[in-house]
Amino acid sequence: MTVRLGGGQGFYGDGHGPVDDLLAAGVDYLVCEALAELTLAILQKDRQRDESLGYTRDLPLYLQQAMPYILDGRTRFITNAGGINPVAAGRAVIGAARSLGVSGVKVATVVGDDVRSSASQLGLPDDALFASAYLGARPIVEALDAGAQVVITGRVADASLFLAPLVHEFGWAWDDWDRLAAGIVVGHLLECSGQVTGGNYSGRWWENPDPTRIAFPLADVEPDGSAVISKPQETGGMVTFDTVREQLLYEVHDPAHYFSPDVVADFTSLTLDDLGDDRVRVSGVRAASPPSTDTYKGLVCTPAGYAGEARLAYSWPDAEAKARAALAFLRKRAEENGVPVEEWREEYFGVNAFGGPTVDNGDCEPPEVIGRLAWRTADRDSAGRVVGEVGVLGLSGPPTISGTGRGRGDGRPSQLLAVEPFYVDKKLVDDQVRVEVEEI
Amino acid sequence: MARIQLRDLCGARSGDKGDISDLSLFADDEAAYEALLSEVTAERVKAHFGELVDGDVERYEARNVLALKFVMHGALGGGAPRSLRADNLGKTHGATLLRMWVDVPDDVAANAKRRERPPTP
Repeated sequence: MTVRLGGGQGFYGDGHGPVDDLLAAGVDYLVCEALAELTLAILQKDRQRDESLGYTRDLPLYLQQAMPYILDGRTRFITNAGGINPVAAGRAVIGAARSLGVSGVKVATVVGDDVRSSASQLGLPDDALFASAYLGARPIVEALDAGAQVVITGRVADASLFLAPLVHEFGWAWDDWDRLAAGIVVGHLLECSGQVTGGNYSGRWWENPDPTRIAFPLADVEPDGSAVISKPQETGGMVTFDTVREQLLYEVHDPAHYFSPDVVADFTSLTLDDLGDDRVRVSGVRAASPPSTDTYKGLVCTPAGYAGEARLAYSWPDAEAKARAALAFLRKRAEENGVPVEEWREEYFGVNAFGGPTVDNGDCEPPEVIGRLAWRTADRDSAGRVVGEVGVLGLSGPPTISGTGRGRGDGRPSQLLAVEPFYVDKKLVDDQVRVEVEEI
Repeated sequence: MARIQLRDLCGARSGDKGDISDLSLFADDEAAYEALLSEVTAERVKAHFGELVDGDVERYEARNVLALKFVMHGALGGGAPRSLRADNLGKTHGATLLRMWVDVPDDVAANAKRRERPPTP
């Protein structure tokens, strides 16, 4: 018996077409991972405007895609799209299902990752906009065991979303550490959708077949935790040793100790075998020693001032010198106007905006340069006052100024948010986790 | 020994966790991996990134997939939602490390598999 998982989403804003391909290929579970660290901050801005928001708003669209397969009993749907407001997300899902005229579907909502009520006990700041613990697979397994066909969670760790259906199907024990670690590896490989199937590939990316239709990944998982990573037939992209190992190590820090809420996995223990035809086998995964921790990681978010930004493009000749003069102009004017700027950032696209001191352009003079000035202030008004001087550069600055296209770069202030990790006793969180199952 | 730029010798991918930039290098065979091990040390990476990285750089080995991992602290201007950097997610840091030049055995340079370039119109 194998269980087939599909990685249907890698971030809030990901594509929907490849999800149809996964569903058509046949998946036992469609798992949609919606939450990067940055996403939580975006959702927080939503919730500041409207208390009923705070989840990823394309969730009903995924549900709509999956619903025919859910109703047929072919596929179950798991997602952490609940963000920082899983209750509201659950309501949105139930509303969307009803509007589709659907009945007889069990929807589970997992709550309890929000630890703001314990902020003082945890030593977290009073003005935390959100404070969420990364939950593991357990509450999802509880929901699946209760027959849920749709499971909506808040901040559950990405890879744990994928581990849960494997624990449910194979009956792995919560101290069967090597199996749990194997499930976490599968989850980590699938959680970034197209990034394991040719997306962002640093090798010969230009040889990606059908690059406008990069597939999302499939995993066929065996009861022992070994798995074959692949993609649906007739889709773009590729699954090779190289694309899989690039995703394997993506954002994992120490690969011998990959910390998940469920198990600490040792990614250096496993073997990748390229089977050809876009199939890569992963096997031999072991847990680290010790295999678990007493704490969950969490993220706490606090206001961090406001940012403004201006982008100014200049043509050859002497494009870099002109851009530098323009940015110096803005900084000087802000100083003369007494704007309390706390931090400046200058970047020169076409010169060294990304590479910084590693760039050696030699004698090569760039054909054009974009100077980007960003600044941080404590309040929104001050951030806006800097950009008020940009217009003057049009006629009173260095020659050959140009725009960089429409939209963005208009200097309108945006709020900055600081997101910091913390660690919280597992028991404190587990005691408040609730799984609510509702049949539509 | 031969001098080679990392772009010709290995692949790279990078991402973020808070204010940490997390990047990996991928060798194509054992000999290239050994060359990376001796040449691309945490100290050299820290020096290479200069003002882009405020904190320490740690290196980890994943020999099973012929990869080296670098964890760079204080590397993203305070973390994505707080950062003033255009690349607030550190997605370009892998490429920035590929700009480094290293000295490797002649056969490693001769067997380097990443010299091909994409077609230009």
